[in-house]
Amino acid sequence: MGEVTELKGQQPACQTDDGAGATCACAAAGGLEDLYSVPVDRRVMVIGGGICGITAAIDLGNADYRVVMVERLPSVGGRMLQLSETFPTLDCAQCTLTPRTVESGQHPHVTLKTCCEVVGLSGEPGNFRVRVRQNKTYVDWSKCTGCGTCIQKCPTKSYALFERDAGRMTAIYTLSPQAVPNKPVIDADRCRYLTKGKCGVCAKVCPVDAIDYEQQESYFEVEVGAIIVATGFDVYDWKTKMPELGGGRLPDVIDGLTFERYLSASGPTAGRMVRPSDGVEPKEIVFIQCAGSRNPELHKSYCSKVCCMYTAKHARLYKHKVHDGQVYIFYIDIRSTGKGYEQFIQQSVSEEGIIYLRGRAAKVFQEGKKIMVQGADTLTGKKIEIAADLVVVAAALVPNEGAEELAEILGLTCNKDGFFVEEDYKLSPVDSGSRGIFIAGCCQGIKDIADTVAQGSAAASKAQVFLSTIRRQKKQAV
Amino acid sequence: MKYPYFPGCTLYTKAKKLDDAGRECSRRLGFELDELPDWTCCGATFPLVNDYHIAMSGPTRILADTKDQGGSQLVTLCSVCFNVLKRTNVVMRTDEERRQKITDFIERDYHGEVEVLHYLQVLRDEIGFEQLREKVVKPLTDLKVACYYGCLLLRPVKEIGLDVMENPTIFEDFVRALGAEPVDFPYKIECCGAFQVVHSMETATRCSRDILANARLNGADLVITTCPLCHFNLDDRQPEIRKGDPRFQTVPVLYFTQLLALALGLDAAELGFERNLIDPLPLLREKGLA
Amino acid sequence: MKTRISREQVQDDFINKVAEISGENFFNCYQCGNCSAGCPSVDEMDLLPSQVVRYLQLGLADEVKNCRSMWVCAACTMCHARCPKGVDISRIMDALRMLNLREPKAAARVDVTDFTPEYLERAPQIAMISGYRKFLPL
Ligand SMILES: Cc1cc2nc3c(=O)[nH]c(=O)nc-3n(C[C@H](O)[C@H](O)[C@H](O)COP(=O)(O)OP(=O)(O)OC[C@H]3O[C@@H](n4cnc5c(N)ncnc54)[C@H](O)[C@@H]3O)c2cc1C
Ligand code: SF4
Ligand code: SF4
Ligand code: SF4
Ligand code: SF4
Repeated sequence: MGEVTELKGQQPACQTDDGAGATCACAAAGGLEDLYSVPVDRRVMVIGGGICGITAAIDLGNADYRVVMVERLPSVGGRMLQLSETFPTLDCAQCTLTPRTVESGQHPHVTLKTCCEVVGLSGEPGNFRVRVRQNKTYVDWSKCTGCGTCIQKCPTKSYALFERDAGRMTAIYTLSPQAVPNKPVIDADRCRYLTKGKCGVCAKVCPVDAIDYEQQESYFEVEVGAIIVATGFDVYDWKTKMPELGGGRLPDVIDGLTFERYLSASGPTAGRMVRPSDGVEPKEIVFIQCAGSRNPELHKSYCSKVCCMYTAKHARLYKHKVHDGQVYIFYIDIRSTGKGYEQFIQQSVSEEGIIYLRGRAAKVFQEGKKIMVQGADTLTGKKIEIAADLVVVAAALVPNEGAEELAEILGLTCNKDGFFVEEDYKLSPVDSGSRGIFIAGCCQGIKDIADTVAQGSAAASKAQVFLSTIRRQKKQAV
Repeated sequence: MKYPYFPGCTLYTKAKKLDDAGRECSRRLGFELDELPDWTCCGATFPLVNDYHIAMSGPTRILADTKDQGGSQLVTLCSVCFNVLKRTNVVMRTDEERRQKITDFIERDYHGEVEVLHYLQVLRDEIGFEQLREKVVKPLTDLKVACYYGCLLLRPVKEIGLDVMENPTIFEDFVRALGAEPVDFPYKIECCGAFQVVHSMETATRCSRDILANARLNGADLVITTCPLCHFNLDDRQPEIRKGDPRFQTVPVLYFTQLLALALGLDAAELGFERNLIDPLPLLREKGLA
Repeated sequence: MKTRISREQVQDDFINKVAEISGENFFNCYQCGNCSAGCPSVDEMDLLPSQVVRYLQLGLADEVKNCRSMWVCAACTMCHARCPKGVDISRIMDALRMLNLREPKAAARVDVTDFTPEYLERAPQIAMISGYRKFLPL
């Protein structure tokens, strides 16, 4: 389940959809004036505001193209918003990401449309007409000043998808204190008023009367010359698909993305290393790599590519917090082919005394306060058992929820795992095969930030090449 | 040229022929091996653990004696002595804490000033192989030689630094200077089993067999070595190897100084081959060298 | 049989002592096996040189303490010369031997009376002295 299910729409500036659909004029009225200040062959839509989409949007904006970015979450940033520090340099993810999100928010030629989803496409390459649904936010963003009073006063504090159950969030929230845009939304599933009809605190305390429990979703259409799809990835549903790992039933078995929230200084524990069940600092921690990956019989056949690296990173960051802790990592082999990555792994092992056990972990179960992990070490030829305090599963990564539907809307092809198929993996990796539509980042195949950003820029450049071809053809036709 | 010389225990007894030939050849080549007075055993092993210093007191004393007698270099013939002295010297130069402990214990002042040289280095770097070639009176034409380095002449690489570990050539260059033909011999740097011969005889036998068979496979007429322990393993194991494998072809094992002596015109009869289990004389006669 | 591994084992006194006197960080080893590939003594070993390091990494002290491999290591240092991570197994083997021989009730690993007079007549002193250094209690 992706975050999308918890997000409800945002009140658009134009009229709500009455079934007949909104017009371009009203789309323009919804803050798209800059987009429409140039001909259609200078406008690009970016779908997905992760680091990939942001990179593409900023590149295009800087090249004097006009960009509309459609993001279904309340703010841009994507998965990087959830990360703590990033390999191979261990920079703080927020610190490297925020300048980019802020730039995308402030860029004169980039218009952000958050809490929005593409629902239809017509027209032709060079002149697409994209229909977008504006989901409910229950906050009138045209009034909201982003003061945050509502968030402070909201009495609901419950587990939320963004925190991946690592901590609680208020029902009215932003994804981070530096969120772009920095306007709150209400999670209708958790809000007391929207579920039980009681509360209404936020509406009472909001100084500008921006809370709107009656808000409806709406639709608008945008005309653009090219589209870049950068919808990213999600975590495989290992909790239900891999009962042998005890996920869901055992609170102290979590996945890597959840662990990022525990590590993150801006996460729910403010970076304090504790385990979910009792808040105790874990002294023995087991990581299980390739969980659901490289398993053509039972799960995903492909390698999820970033988990070897982020697991080594997790081990290292854990040791920075728990000096006397012991890390064990079950692995099949270690894939660390990026620049500086092998050195990162080797340094982590040598300096932190991490024990890599060569084999998969077969079974994880509770025994008293410990999580028992049964695995193997083929290097010693032994079956290994560890009594751990916390287990972190490097679960397979999969395309984001809704990728297949989006593919259908846009006329893209997905492979059997749901990743968008490129025109030619080696020679045209960001061309989708549908003219004028480009794919980039993790929605094309799992990759790290460096590769993601490279593809974002590649897609921006390919979109420009495409649009200038269109312009030349038009000129020749005249 | 006069070099302070450390023969070591084995060269006084079991490997006397290595020493005799070495000294005689040095005279013929115009340098003098000036034996240290009152030397003691080098200890025969370098302690690998870092909390065991006593074993280094012997070699340190030898080095300090050399220095006190005004020597700046110390020449050895035996690979074991060479290795132990050289590595001890590295500790004296680079590990101040251990140096102090050891020199305090033996009450000497030593900081690694002496340069430890192997006899082969003197030939290569001081005499020069070209000069050596000119001094050869009986070129060893038609003789195919497997140059067996073993471990201690080459490793540990950083501390010994005599030659390229994986493909050393000093020995081959030496053999070429004598007019013989070195064979390409992949096992030349493999271990012979070393001191395991007093503990795990099967290790020494197997290792020696592999080395000798590889030398033969590559066409060697004989094997040369610098080390009495290698010589013991390679020569003395052969009857037993042969017993286990009748197809095994024995191969004579010589000290490099014996080969040098032959080329410099010494009589084979004077070179002490009667101690060899695999007698090289038939081969040498066949090649017109005896 | 399953093997339990734990923090206590990994950070066990014996293991730490081996690390200390050998001067080696076992975690530098990434188990490529290059050392074992070139070791002359593997035929007589029960654990490959790389496995000795592996057992030390995992804190399997008992297995390492009693292994045969340390006794048949010829200290040829080929493992160290070729190790891509600079691990010196010859030092680790020596450390294991030393800790064994320093035990109060350590037994001699060689017996001089086993050697025949013919053997003793031919064996070079360096072999005998090395042997005593490596195989007799201190
Ligand atoms: C636990 C973990 C740790 C990691 N650590 C590192 C690290 O240390 N270093 C590193 O280099 N990489 C790391 N990565 C990989 C990194 O997260 C990705 O490379 C990067 O986030 C990919 O960016 P993206 O923009 O392609 O996708 P995403 O970050 O997933 O962004 C996609 C965006 O698209 C939006 N979206 C999705 N569908 C739609 C739709 N239909 N309509 C509109 N919007 C949509 C999403 O809401 C999201 O905002 C890690 C990954 C994981 C799982
Ligand atoms: S109505 Fe109450 S529970 Fe709902 S978001 Fe507002 S303050 Fe929170
Ligand atoms: S990146 Fe590593 S952990 Fe992830 S699936 Fe590939 S091999 Fe397994
Ligand atoms: S060669 Fe070095 S890194 Fe490779 S297994 Fe041996 S000790 Fe480990
Ligand atoms: S030093 Fe010992 S372990 Fe290393 S290669 Fe030689 S015999 Fe094998």
